Amino acid sequence: MSDTPTVALFATCFNDTMWPDAPRATVTLLERLGCRVVFPREQTCCGQMFTNTGYADEGTALVRRFAQVFDPFEYVVAPSGSCVGSVREQHAALARRAGDAGLERAAEDVAGRTYELSEFLVDVLGVTDVGAHFPHRVTYHPTCHSLRMLHVADKPLQLLRAVRGIDLVELPAAEECCGFGGTFAMKNADVSIAMGSDKARHVRETGAEVLVAGDRSCLAHIGGILGRQRAGVRTMHLAEVLASTEEDPA
Amino acid sequence: MTLQTTSPIFLGMPSFQKAAKDALRNTQQRRNLAHATSTIRAKRAAVVGEVDRWEELRVAGADAKDEVLHHLPHYLEQLEANLVANGATVHWARDADEANRIVLDLVRATGSDEVVKVKSMATQEIELNERLEEAGIHAWETDLAELIVQLGHDRPSHILVPAIHRNRAEIREIFRREMGGVGRPAPDDLTDEPARLAEAARAHLREKFLRARVAISGANFAIADTGTLVVVESEGNGRMCLTLPETLISVVGVEKVLPTFADLGTFLQLLPRSSTGERMNPYTSMWTGVREGDGPQDVHVVLLDNGRSHVLADDLGRQALRCIRCSACLNVCPVYERAGGHAYGSVYPGPIGAVLNPQLRGTGSDVDKSLPYASSLCGACFEACPVRIDIPSLLVHLRTQVVDEASGRSPEALSMKAAAWMFADHRRLEAAQRGATLGSRLLGDRTVRSLPGLGAWTQARDVPSPPPETFRQWWARTHGYDVEEAP
Repeated sequence: MSDTPTVALFATCFNDTMWPDAPRATVTLLERLGCRVVFPREQTCCGQMFTNTGYADEGTALVRRFAQVFDPFEYVVAPSGSCVGSVREQHAALARRAGDAGLERAAEDVAGRTYELSEFLVDVLGVTDVGAHFPHRVTYHPTCHSLRMLHVADKPLQLLRAVRGIDLVELPAAEECCGFGGTFAMKNADVSIAMGSDKARHVRETGAEVLVAGDRSCLAHIGGILGRQRAGVRTMHLAEVLASTEEDPA
Repeated sequence: MTLQTTSPIFLGMPSFQKAAKDALRNTQQRRNLAHATSTIRAKRAAVVGEVDRWEELRVAGADAKDEVLHHLPHYLEQLEANLVANGATVHWARDADEANRIVLDLVRATGSDEVVKVKSMATQEIELNERLEEAGIHAWETDLAELIVQLGHDRPSHILVPAIHRNRAEIREIFRREMGGVGRPAPDDLTDEPARLAEAARAHLREKFLRARVAISGANFAIADTGTLVVVESEGNGRMCLTLPETLISVVGVEKVLPTFADLGTFLQLLPRSSTGERMNPYTSMWTGVREGDGPQDVHVVLLDNGRSHVLADDLGRQALRCIRCSACLNVCPVYERAGGHAYGSVYPGPIGAVLNPQLRGTGSDVDKSLPYASSLCGACFEACPVRIDIPSLLVHLRTQVVDEASGRSPEALSMKAAAWMFADHRRLEAAQRGATLGSRLLGDRTVRSLPGLGAWTQARDVPSPPPETFRQWWARTHGYDVEEAP
């Protein structure tokens, strides 16, 4: 790795449009850690919503786009375990389904260079103390695709434990799904809300002021329920906590 | 794809979404399921955790099943030859109707008007009990949980623990109300202590065991190289059924074959730990055809297809036939835990049911079309599966099948196509974002509590209005693009 690695940020369509604080914090954090961050403007979406709803052809078109847009870069980093999970676990399979061997190779190639934020920090940059300061009571939800697709294990927690001032409390039944599940949240809204209510209850039990996760999509769901309950808990992306410093607090 | 089996009990089942919505209101069931699944999850985690080479066992289990599935005709013929050589009679059934007719004819030939049953998913799948009852033959379930379901005129809601949706107090009521009508009644002073309930079932069943001349079972495993059938159980009721009657009829799905006796070594480690959370189950019965003067002297094996060939023909879907019916995926599934088993409209509920039913029955009915979507794709099922069935990938595969079979003109399909058009070019996305942020600026920064078209979301979840500035607008303002002009 060169002294100043160039990182192509994959903001993800959801963050870009609805939750820009997560990719903004990712840029701030990576630049603070000495990376050169670029944002390929042609990027749009990883296609996961299409793929997981059954629209494989639409998903495959976005696999092609992703592979082309990010082909030139040594490192692709996204503040989303779920979107990176789709790139790494679904893209090549979609190309194979479409019978496109060239795309399959290209998709595998770029997937091997695509990292979820905590993986990139811990595995590639080799840091766990990113110099963050965040004096709040925090609990962390690991999110299913980070945990069971990407196997990031406790990397996000290693990063959070090193944050100065943080009061990190364990979330009961942390590894259980929050019930978001992409279009599942709409198609099976009742079960989704039942799962989310239990997750929200566990969050409240911790007495945390802030719920942190590596996926804004899950947080939109849990946070949406907590908000409706006026629970007094806010949600933040992991990147926002890690970007927070004494001089520039989140 | 045509519907391969008809299922009268589950015919006209509503979609999973509708059934689950109703089931969620059943607070007693939700409490029962949350308690039962969390207990068994903890037990399984403990006994799986103590096996250092669990991952190697899973791979060995998956490999043995894949070997069979890739050479199924060969192993089935070997199994048949060894069964026949040992004095058993082998029957082949293409579907539920054929299997039921074969069994019915065999029972009739004995002159008996009742059979005792070992818990069996294959006979549940073909609804054998109902067919036998129609023909005037009583089929007595002898597994405790199956007995509870049968006495309660209920449907099973779990593969291993069919009465998991019932608690002790409900079981006591069912026993007191129903036992007397079909045999020895429950004692008047029956309490809801587990030991008392088990004792009542034991006394009730004992007279049936001692009287029965015909038993019907399934099999957990069928060993091709020896012709041995294996039943794994916990209560000893299976052992009674498999040894006391003169006639034994076993209905066995064709995917139950294992190549060699040695393969049992793998599966007898995988199954109990994954299923009941025990290191070893209390009773494992094995029989190889007929042994003169010992056990049933008239032994029949009905090899059942009932849609399995169809599953086998799908390169990706085929792995669902590795399933050993352990229920680990049900017990770890957050959707199953809340919706319960009945919402899946099949004797195979939970994550494995969500992939197996649409494959066995096709995706013609409302419930089978909806099952691939009955999952948040959290991946807990794949992680727990002892034979490494990648259920999340299969669900996505089946969703694609459902979409491909639909008209393509549903509101969902049209909105997906519109979104795909937008994402095909970043300039279109940027234009759409400008519209959203503009709307947001006009509204002011506020939380949205209801929005037309978003009712499914906002019924219980707030949503923020779009931010005043998207990420890429911020990037253009703070960093700029190298080549193109900022949006």
